[in-house]
Amino acid sequence: MTTDSSRSVRRPAAASLAAGGRRRPALVLLLPATAAALLALLPLGYLGVRAMEHGWGYAWDLIAEARTLELLGRSLGLTAIVVTACLVLGVSLAWLTVRTTLPGRRIWAVLATLPLAVPSYVAAFTWISAAPSLAGLPGAAITLTFACFPYVFLPVAAALRGIDPAQEEAARSLGSGALRTFWRVTVPQLRPAAAGGAILVALYVLSDFGSVSITRYDTFTRAIHSSYQASFDRTPAAVLGCVLVAMTVLLVLAENRTRGRAGHSRTGRGSARPPADLRLGRWTAPALAWCGAVAAAAVGFPLATLGYWLTIGNSADWDLERLWSATLATVTVAAAGAAVTTLLALPVGVLSARHRGRFARLLEQSVYAGHAVPGITVGLALVFFSVRYAYPLYQETPLLIAAYVVLFLPVAVASARAAVLQSPPVLEDVARSLGRSPLRVLREVTVPLAAPGIGAGAALTFVVIMKELPATLLLRPTGTDTLATRLWTETGAGAFAGAAPYAAGIVLLAAVPSYLLGRRS
Amino acid sequence: MTSGSSGLRVSALTHAYGRGDRVLDGLGLTVPEGELAAVLGPSGCGKTTLLRVVAGFLVPDSGEVVVGGRVVSGPGAQVPPERRGVGIVAQEGALFPHLSVARNVAFGLRTAGRAERRARTAEMLELVGLGEYADRMPHELSGGQQQRIALARALAPRPALVLLDEPFNALDSALRAGLRSDIRGALRAAGATALLVTHDQEEALSVADRVAVIRRGRVVQSGTPQELYARPADPWVASFVGEAVLLPAALDGGHAATALGRVPLTALPAGPAGGSATGTVVLRPEQLRLTAPTEDASARGRVAEVRYHGHDALVLVELPDGGPSVTVRAPGSLTVRPGDETGVRVDGTAAFHPGPAAS
Repeated sequence: MTTDSSRSVRRPAAASLAAGGRRRPALVLLLPATAAALLALLPLGYLGVRAMEHGWGYAWDLIAEARTLELLGRSLGLTAIVVTACLVLGVSLAWLTVRTTLPGRRIWAVLATLPLAVPSYVAAFTWISAAPSLAGLPGAAITLTFACFPYVFLPVAAALRGIDPAQEEAARSLGSGALRTFWRVTVPQLRPAAAGGAILVALYVLSDFGSVSITRYDTFTRAIHSSYQASFDRTPAAVLGCVLVAMTVLLVLAENRTRGRAGHSRTGRGSARPPADLRLGRWTAPALAWCGAVAAAAVGFPLATLGYWLTIGNSADWDLERLWSATLATVTVAAAGAAVTTLLALPVGVLSARHRGRFARLLEQSVYAGHAVPGITVGLALVFFSVRYAYPLYQETPLLIAAYVVLFLPVAVASARAAVLQSPPVLEDVARSLGRSPLRVLREVTVPLAAPGIGAGAALTFVVIMKELPATLLLRPTGTDTLATRLWTETGAGAFAGAAPYAAGIVLLAAVPSYLLGRRS
Repeated sequence: MTSGSSGLRVSALTHAYGRGDRVLDGLGLTVPEGELAAVLGPSGCGKTTLLRVVAGFLVPDSGEVVVGGRVVSGPGAQVPPERRGVGIVAQEGALFPHLSVARNVAFGLRTAGRAERRARTAEMLELVGLGEYADRMPHELSGGQQQRIALARALAPRPALVLLDEPFNALDSALRAGLRSDIRGALRAAGATALLVTHDQEEALSVADRVAVIRRGRVVQSGTPQELYARPADPWVASFVGEAVLLPAALDGGHAATALGRVPLTALPAGPAGGSATGTVVLRPEQLRLTAPTEDASARGRVAEVRYHGHDALVLVELPDGGPSVTVRAPGSLTVRPGDETGVRVDGTAAFHPGPAAS
């Protein structure tokens, strides 16, 4: 991602017109941004209210139940396994592709990021359909590991590229072998990047609903869903949701801390020369085999299985009309969701890029709440809320869009903020001095200049909404199915050949914007 | 700076960021209509804050800003930037990168009709000598051209005041002199009142009709460039607006006794201590002459360093017995070398500033 320095490098910040005290934010920004922040906080707040409805004692009894503790153990156990496996895969591939003479390094690096383009529940579908005996912990662990290891690979590879080779050379000259140097000098420097990636993986695993449902492994998210489906008493689902949010919030706080430190340890490095690549020699073949195996399991296998189910399926399995209507519904809700999310993200992004006041920061942080709240809990909270206070909205498209806004505002806000930071604030000052009101400045200067970045953010939001499963499952209008919910239903019924077209549809639909985004950067 | 009709009047302006020190500390200045004034000060003196207050991007803690006879900032009145009629020319022009040159210039002409807008845009482009560039995009222009377009854009809506924020900073020194006189000419031709903010004394003295020197949020002296250079208010201003020779001195009648001998004073210091006070005299390097060491000069010394500039040279002369060093501006054709013995003579008169001697 580019930073704000590109167009304002030569400006001595201290002396510029734009420096010094920022003016107060305009109401045209503050009002919609406040609305977005309140909407983002609503599900979390209401979930808490709902969980406490029958008093602390009742809530505590539910938490202390043996079943809850067992779920906690299963969720945390799965998280630990997946995080460990992702660290092994991510760090080893990063080191091989960045610091060694591995043949075809570029291709391996691209292959290592591809799993991000395939939703993990699609991967889960391919594993379970090929080997039903993997159901349970093994299936969930395999699926999530191969879906998540890029979260470790990417930051660690970036950190490896930034390491000053002089330290490793010093260690070698002091008598350490290559392996010892790696463990004693290189690994400690990778720790912040690896820790940040590991926390993202843990967050993903705890929030995941689709893969654990399809591989039939009971975790918190799955239990919340079945408790909601099974019982008239909604309090247990709300309480479980609160416990889950507590765990994810802790992870997000931890991630913020590691991110701060990792950033600090990297500033001002500016390594002048690239480190020398380690010669693999006779280790070349095993290294190639390792990379090949990971790529085969993470990318090749899901695609091949998908291809298999597509080719053996006959026209009876392929309900083309249903496929078409699911595709249409997916594109419609994702486009509407992306549009609304981007629109609401804009004022927050502008505020956070241009005003560093306490209130602006508070708004920004509220919006990032969605980052910490799993989709299943947002869906649940909005169901509760609408049933009680806004029944006409229950299972109607606007409520589904609201859930998408809450979940994916962080994505859109981050893009909008980065896009606004690209142009110097002095342009807005000049426009004001030439007679434009704050709203017109926004329309005629800020937004046109940030348009490419905002557009990219909208495309990204479209992709993540399109892949969303749990909130869609709870909130979709009756009779409406998206590709994701159809895939979930068909897989649940064991109709693998019938599920395959929906899985392929998701992958293809996600590929278009992803390809466009990749070409731009 | 007093005048009946004023383009800009700023009085008793005070501002502090958060709980920090005052960046503006009772600052006041006036720019008569149609004049180009410069605000000159070191970085951190408050000149950027002043600019932001006048433009309306910052609300001061107290004080008043009057533009073209209208109170735009003061107790009970805060006119937003878009209704002040104050144009700004930022450091690197800050042209809108998504608009053509013509549309940049026309940006402030929203209320005018289309024909009038087109005519005014063409007129402004002619004024800055870039008539044929109307359809270019900003990135296709050189830095100097961008600055001239930025000026045309600021002048187009006929603002009551134009603020120029170090507009020549980002340019090569070779380009600066030419652009300075172009911009001065354009401002003159438009009859605009303008305030230039800069930390470059050469820029302030060569461009402005009047200069206000700012230090720690206050105006310490204001006047024409000649007044500032010839009669600086104190030794700090003297060294800030040009090369200065500061010598410890003792008052001795109408003269000051210094390491360069008895120097006649421009004016006797006011006040009761006129008799035998100690203080500092301020001389300019061009008031000092190198003479042959044997000549009946005021003082003798040894050449320590020669800084050659082509058209002239600055010669640093160490006075004997641990005395101060003085800087002499000598013609470029001089022949002295470091280590040479030389004489130094003072031409003209000097200003005396009582108080602890400057080192």
